Amino acid sequence: MAKIHVNTTINGAPTEFLCDANQTLLDVLRDNLGLTGSKEGCGSGDCGACSVMVNGRLVCSCLVLAPEAQGMKIETIEGMAEGDKLHPLQKKFVEMAALQCGICTPGFLIASKALLEKYPNPTEDEVRYWLAGNLCRCTGYDKIVTAVLDVAAEMRESAR
Amino acid sequence: MSEHRPNTEGKYKWIGTRPERPDGADKVTGRARFGADFSLPGQLIGKVLRSPHAHAVIKSIDTSKALALNGVKAVITAQDFPDQPNLIVPTGEMQVNMRDITRNIMAREKALYEGHPVAAVAAVSEAIAKQALSLIKVDYEVLPHVIDVAEAMKPDAPILHDHLLTEGANPPASKPSNIAKRIEFKKGDAKAGFAQAQVVIEKDYTTQAVHQGYIEPHATLASAAEDGQIQVWSTTQGHFQVRGFCARLLGLETSQIRVTPTEIGGGFGGKTVVYLEPLAMRLSQKSGKPVKMTMAREDVFRASGPAPGGNVKVKIGAMRDGRIVAAECIVEMQAGAFPGSPVGPACMCSFACYDIDNVYIEGFDVVSNRPKVAAYRAPGAPISAWAVESTLDILAQELDMDPIDLRLKNAAKEGTKTAYGVTFNTIGMVETLEAIRDSEHYKSPVKPGYGRGVAAGFWFNIGADSSAASHVGEDGSVTVISGNPDIGGSRASLALMAAEELGVDYNKVRPIIADTASIGFNFVTGGSRVTFATGLAVVNSVRDMIRELKVRAAKIWKIDPEAVIWEGGMAKPAGNQVGTFEPLSLADLAAQAGRTGGPINGHAQLNVTGAGPGFGVHCVDLKVDEDTGCVHVGRYTAAQDVGTAIHPSYVEGQLQGGAVQGIGWALNEEYIYNAKGKLDNPGFLDYRMPVASDLPKIETILVEVPNPQHPYGVRGVGEVPIIPPIAAVGNAVARATGVRMVDLPMSPPRLSEALDAARPMKMAAE
Repeated sequence: MAKIHVNTTINGAPTEFLCDANQTLLDVLRDNLGLTGSKEGCGSGDCGACSVMVNGRLVCSCLVLAPEAQGMKIETIEGMAEGDKLHPLQKKFVEMAALQCGICTPGFLIASKALLEKYPNPTEDEVRYWLAGNLCRCTGYDKIVTAVLDVAAEMRESAR
Repeated sequence: MSEHRPNTEGKYKWIGTRPERPDGADKVTGRARFGADFSLPGQLIGKVLRSPHAHAVIKSIDTSKALALNGVKAVITAQDFPDQPNLIVPTGEMQVNMRDITRNIMAREKALYEGHPVAAVAAVSEAIAKQALSLIKVDYEVLPHVIDVAEAMKPDAPILHDHLLTEGANPPASKPSNIAKRIEFKKGDAKAGFAQAQVVIEKDYTTQAVHQGYIEPHATLASAAEDGQIQVWSTTQGHFQVRGFCARLLGLETSQIRVTPTEIGGGFGGKTVVYLEPLAMRLSQKSGKPVKMTMAREDVFRASGPAPGGNVKVKIGAMRDGRIVAAECIVEMQAGAFPGSPVGPACMCSFACYDIDNVYIEGFDVVSNRPKVAAYRAPGAPISAWAVESTLDILAQELDMDPIDLRLKNAAKEGTKTAYGVTFNTIGMVETLEAIRDSEHYKSPVKPGYGRGVAAGFWFNIGADSSAASHVGEDGSVTVISGNPDIGGSRASLALMAAEELGVDYNKVRPIIADTASIGFNFVTGGSRVTFATGLAVVNSVRDMIRELKVRAAKIWKIDPEAVIWEGGMAKPAGNQVGTFEPLSLADLAAQAGRTGGPINGHAQLNVTGAGPGFGVHCVDLKVDEDTGCVHVGRYTAAQDVGTAIHPSYVEGQLQGGAVQGIGWALNEEYIYNAKGKLDNPGFLDYRMPVASDLPKIETILVEVPNPQHPYGVRGVGEVPIIPPIAAVGNAVARATGVRMVDLPMSPPRLSEALDAARPMKMAAE
C-alpha cells in the first residue's frame, strides 16, 4: 500500500513524513521521527503518557491517526524547553521531586502546560480533575499537583 | 501537613537535604531513554503468539506458513529452548524454579493461562509480524480450568502439574494436587492462649489479584553476533538477573551476554523476572538481526506480573485490657500457573508488628490457571495485613478501645521475638504509632459523615549483593558507579551519601548505572535494598578511594599515610605533622596522580546483611456515598520509621506512592475472569487505578529511628507503605457506615450491595 505524505509543523519546525494510513501520530513521532519523549503506556487513550498538543488542543497521540496531522501544529515534550532553559513546569517537577520513574512525566508536563495556558489560576481540585487523564503509578500525584499549583502561582506573580 | 523529624539534625552536610536528582533534566525533557526507546539499524520487530485458552494441551504447532511469509526472518517455539532442571533460584524477594521459568516464557507441554506465550516471530515490520502470528497453527486440546484458589484446592479440581506433590503436607502428599506447598510458623501455644483469652474475634477475608500497574510496558532489544556474544537492552529492575536467567535459558555463559538497563518506567517488583528478553535473544540468534519486542498493555495484564489474591482466616484472642494473648492466621494464596506465591512473607509479616506470646500461622501456595504471580511491593504482606489489621479494628471496637492505644499496648519493640524466629534489633513501631497518635490529623475531630481508619504494616527489607566503584577524574571531579536501575531517585540518594563521605559538593559527584559488563554483580532493585545495600557499597567504595587519596598525599608530602587525614574534601597532615603542609584538594591530587601511582579509584563488593525492618502506620478519613457505594477519601496521613531519610522528598514519594497503590487495591483494582477463564479487564479503562481526582494530599510523617547496622542509619522505605492502606481504608469504611467489608476490592458495586444488605437490619434496629 502506498505511503501517505504528510506536511506538518512539529515544535515550530516544518516537518514532512511518509506514513501508513493506519499508523498513529504516536507511532510516527516515535518510530519515524525519533521523538521518543512521548510514551506509549496503553495505546487506548487511558494513561495520557503520549499527550501532545495538536493545534493548541491536548490529545492522546495514540488516538490520532498520523495522516490527520496534515497541516496541523504539533507540540511535544521535546519542544517544551527553550534551548537549555527549562520551562518553569519542567524546573519545578525536578526541584520538587514530582517524578519517580519518569515515564509519565512528559505526558503530565504537556497536560499541565495546557492547563495553565487555559486556566492560569486553578484550584487544587481543578488541577486534580484536569490531570485525571494522566496515570502515574509512582508518586500518588501529591508532588505533581503541588508542583503545578506552585508554578501557577509563580507564573501569575511574574506576569503581574 | 507533612513532617520530617530528623534524628540527625546538624550532623550531616548533605544527607537529609533535597537537591535536584542527577537525571532530572533528562526525565523532564523526553531525553531519558526507556525500554521501548532503544532501536538499532536493521532491527526486526518480534511478536508473541499467546494462548487463547486458560488450560490446554499443545498437541502440535505448525509454523511453516508463517516462516514462508515474505519479511518473516525467524519463528520460535518451546523447542528452541533447552529444557531446564528443577532448580530454585532467587529473584527479588521471591524464589523461582528454572524448570517453570522456561515453561512460563514459552509454553511447553500445556498452555496454563490465557495469554501464555506459545510461539514468537521476528519480521521486518510490526504489520508482517502480526500477520505471521495469524499463520501459525496450534492444535490445542482444551482442558477444564480452575481460577479460584478455594476451587483449585479441592480434591477434584483440574490439576495443572502432574508432578506437583504438596511440599510440607501433613501427612505427606501421595498424589498430585494444585497445592504446591504448605508452611507453618509457631510460637508458644496458640490453643492455650485462646483458652485464656477473654475476647476472641475470628473472621474470613478474600482478596483479588492486582497488577503492579507500571505505566511502561515490558520492552527489550537484543542483538546477537556471529561470535556468540549478545547485547541486550531491557527495562528491568535487575539487569544482572536478566543476564543470569537468560544465560541458563539459552545455554550460554554469563560473559556472553551484556545487558544494559534502560531507564525503567516503574516496576514495583514486576520487572524482576524475564518475559521478552530470552525470546528476543533467541529470535536474534536465529535471524542474525537485532530484534525489538514490546508488550501491548493487554499483554502486560494477561501475561505479566500480577500480585496474587488469596483467602485469609484470622483469629485473635485478647484480655479485656487489650493485651493480645493468642493469634492465628491461615493464608491460601494464588501462585498463578507455577508454584511460588509470596505466601511465606505474607505469613511472616502477618503478626510481626506485635509482641504476642502464642501464635500459629499456616500458609498454602496454590497454582491455578492464571499468569504466574510476580513480586509487588512487599509481596504478600498487604494481603495478610488487610486481614489482621481489620480484625484488630473489630477487637478495638469490641473492647471500646482507641485503635492506636490497642496497637501500642501490643507493639513490637527491640527484643521482641517474631513468630518466624527473628528477634528485633532497634525498631520504630512504637515511635510510628505515636507519630500518628500525636499528629494533627489524628487529633482533629472526624467530620460528620466520615469514618476514620488506622492500620499498621511491617516489612523486613533486604540487603544482598552489591558492587560499586568510585573514580576520581583527571580534574578532580568524581564518578560513582553502581549497578541498580534507578526506579525512584536512587541516583540522588547514592550521590548524597558519596558527597557526605567525601566531603565535596553533591553536584561534583556523578552517579552512573553501569551495564552487566562494566561493574560487578548487583542483585535486583527490589526489597527496598538499593539505598541501604548499594548505598553501603558506594560508601565503602568512596572510603576505599579516600584511603588511596591519603596514600597519594603522603607520597607528595613524603610522610607516613597514617599521618594524613581526609576532611572537608581535602587531604590534611595530622598528628605531629599538623600545619606542616597546605591541604591537597581532589583536583590537586588528581593533577599529580600520574606521578604518585596512576589513576585514583575505589571499589567495594559486599554481601550486605543487617537490613533494618520498617514499620508504617496510616490514618485515613473517608466517606461513602450511600447510593453508589463510591468512597471519597478526604484526608490521608502515612507515618513510617524510615531510618534516616537520605533525600526526604523521595522518601515522602515512596510513602505517597505506596499509599495510593494500596488505596487502589482497597477500592477498585481486581482481575476479573469470565467463565472461560479469560481476563475480562486487561486495560486501564476497566482495571481502574487511582487518578489524581480520586485523591486528597497524601500527608507524610518521616519518623527517624536509624538502623544501627548502616553507617548513615538507612532502612529500606519502599515496601512498607503499601501494607497498611487496605485495612486502614476498610476500617474507615466500617466506622463510616457500620458495615465491615471482608472481600476486596471495596468497589462501588460491592460496597453498595453490602450497604443495601445492611440497610433493612439497620432500619429494623432503629
